Amino acid sequence: MNILEKEKKLIALEKQIDSLGNANSVKKLKAEIDNFKQNEMTKLSAWDRVLLARHQARPKAKEFINYLSPNFIELHGDRLYRDDPSIIGGIGTIDGNVFTIIAQQKGATTEDNIKRNFAMPHPEGYRKALRLMQQAEKFKRPILTLIDTPGAYPGIGAEERGQGQAIAQNLMEMSKLTVPIITVIIGEGGSGGALAIGFANKMLMLENAIFSILSPEGYASILWKDVTKAPQAAEAMKLTAYDLKDFQIIDEIIKEPPGGAHFDKEKVFIDTKVAILDTYNKLKKLTGIELYYQRNTKTRNYGFLQRFNYDNLGGIKNDIHKDFRDR
Amino acid sequence: MNDIGKSITKRKQLKQKLKIFQEERPFNKAQKMDVPKGLYEKCPTCERTVNKKTNIINDYICTHCGNHFRMRAIDRINYIVDSETFIEKGIGYITLNPLFQNGYEEKIQEYKKNTHLDEAYIYGYGKINNKPCVIGVMDSYFLMGSMGSVVGEKVTKTFEYAIYKRLPVIIFCASGGARMQEGIFSLMQMAKTSAAVARHSKMGLLYISVLTHPTTGGVNASFASLGDIILAEPNALIGFAGPRVIEQTIKQKLPEGFQRSEFLLEKGFIDQVVHRKDLKTVLAKLLAFHGGYN
Ligand SMILES: [Zn+2]
Repeated sequence: MNILEKEKKLIALEKQIDSLGNANSVKKLKAEIDNFKQNEMTKLSAWDRVLLARHQARPKAKEFINYLSPNFIELHGDRLYRDDPSIIGGIGTIDGNVFTIIAQQKGATTEDNIKRNFAMPHPEGYRKALRLMQQAEKFKRPILTLIDTPGAYPGIGAEERGQGQAIAQNLMEMSKLTVPIITVIIGEGGSGGALAIGFANKMLMLENAIFSILSPEGYASILWKDVTKAPQAAEAMKLTAYDLKDFQIIDEIIKEPPGGAHFDKEKVFIDTKVAILDTYNKLKKLTGIELYYQRNTKTRNYGFLQRFNYDNLGGIKNDIHKDFRDR
Repeated sequence: MNDIGKSITKRKQLKQKLKIFQEERPFNKAQKMDVPKGLYEKCPTCERTVNKKTNIINDYICTHCGNHFRMRAIDRINYIVDSETFIEKGIGYITLNPLFQNGYEEKIQEYKKNTHLDEAYIYGYGKINNKPCVIGVMDSYFLMGSMGSVVGEKVTKTFEYAIYKRLPVIIFCASGGARMQEGIFSLMQMAKTSAAVARHSKMGLLYISVLTHPTTGGVNASFASLGDIILAEPNALIGFAGPRVIEQTIKQKLPEGFQRSEFLLEKGFIDQVVHRKDLKTVLAKLLAFHGGYN
């Protein structure tokens, strides 16, 4: 039973409460529901988390922004081609601190989703993000980015306007910035399309968000030639927040209520705000050049490899490897 | 034996090992790589059967139509770099299996044996028409030249070595993208290599990126697209998403010549399409224009 089926069962149980008249049996059923929530809905496989990250009811970037920064002003356009609705950017205050906020926005309805291209940005979206980030650098504003995308859009127009070049340019320019960059992965973090706004000093992640090199479906169909093996692929790819924390790719996990963020949005928003402000207060103490070095050193250390050295010559082939396996 | 004695022996052993390692590769020799599996192959453009040996002697260019075949990294170095000047750097990286993929380690071993390389990328110091530079070459015969942790690390080291020596960098890109088997670690190499380019660029040094068939995915969306000057070989496939993925997404056939070098030249994303036979001259000229190398 995957998490969506469990959710259906929970809703069915909650419906039963209304039909019951007897106070005693209501109490009994409520206890059962609580028990179900605490025990069943918190045991999640990697595939469950993928389903939750893509859940239609999951809070979208705009809802986060509305809570974090009620006075947010949206700024549009890349000044080169057009405005890409799949990425929203602008300025707002979070607890009195002025931030440049950039986020990938999924649509709440089907119509909205089509307008936002299912949060799959075109090059102009990335160029808009870069423009706003360089503006933040000019005015020494911290940057907050919210990631929620299946990936950069693969289409004719996107390729004609240099999707790869736009992502590469973002990565290069973000490495040079001297303001704090905080990234929160709130849903799907799909491949280079997510990383293009996620080159950060600190990377936070919601508990049921995912961050991967490609979709589990893509992985299963390329490596195993079988799309239906996506659940196994999700497990093998190590794309959950806990795996990524183990790998030291992300810095902090923001907890979600049992069953996913949509069960108690308010609490998730509060926790996210607290986590962002905590991180910001730490980063605020660093100077521009320190922030630059912190971000570059962190990135420089990404990788999982070993080199011949005097110590392991003829010894154990790869001791890092062993450490991870034991865990 | 005391500790110092032990460490000296170890160093000697290591040196010996590295020496063997280097001698296995036919740099500095005018010898072309042997191509396994079959004597003939079909040219994808003119669809005629070509003899692989003739093909290799003709620098992997089709004798009928001039199509550029994929070139092996070692042959590329022999072809571009002045003979006896190439010194390979960054030897001895070991590819690990961070996600414990079944069969990944065996696959790497097999590719190592077939390609005479330890990974899909080699770099080192070399001279082009007597102008010094740091040169890096990706080999698309090694697991589609995909970028995993080791490739990302070596690309980063290329730029760091060039910063240290104050030299320009030339990288020949040929890659299907990031390496899936290493998962998120491969993805993060995009950020790592892009940051390395930025640091090299900050020193006022030249970086020329040469895109060869194919340059797609994560490599296209990182260091390959960040050259001060971007050259491409004729008819090379260059793009972020692969043509098959795009066709599946938009559910229609792609136009002829889409994502090819000439298309990108027209759209303004590369500086010049250069025939393989002219590549060395063009690179030497560009190196001469930047800085006082004699
Ligand atoms: Zn031909």
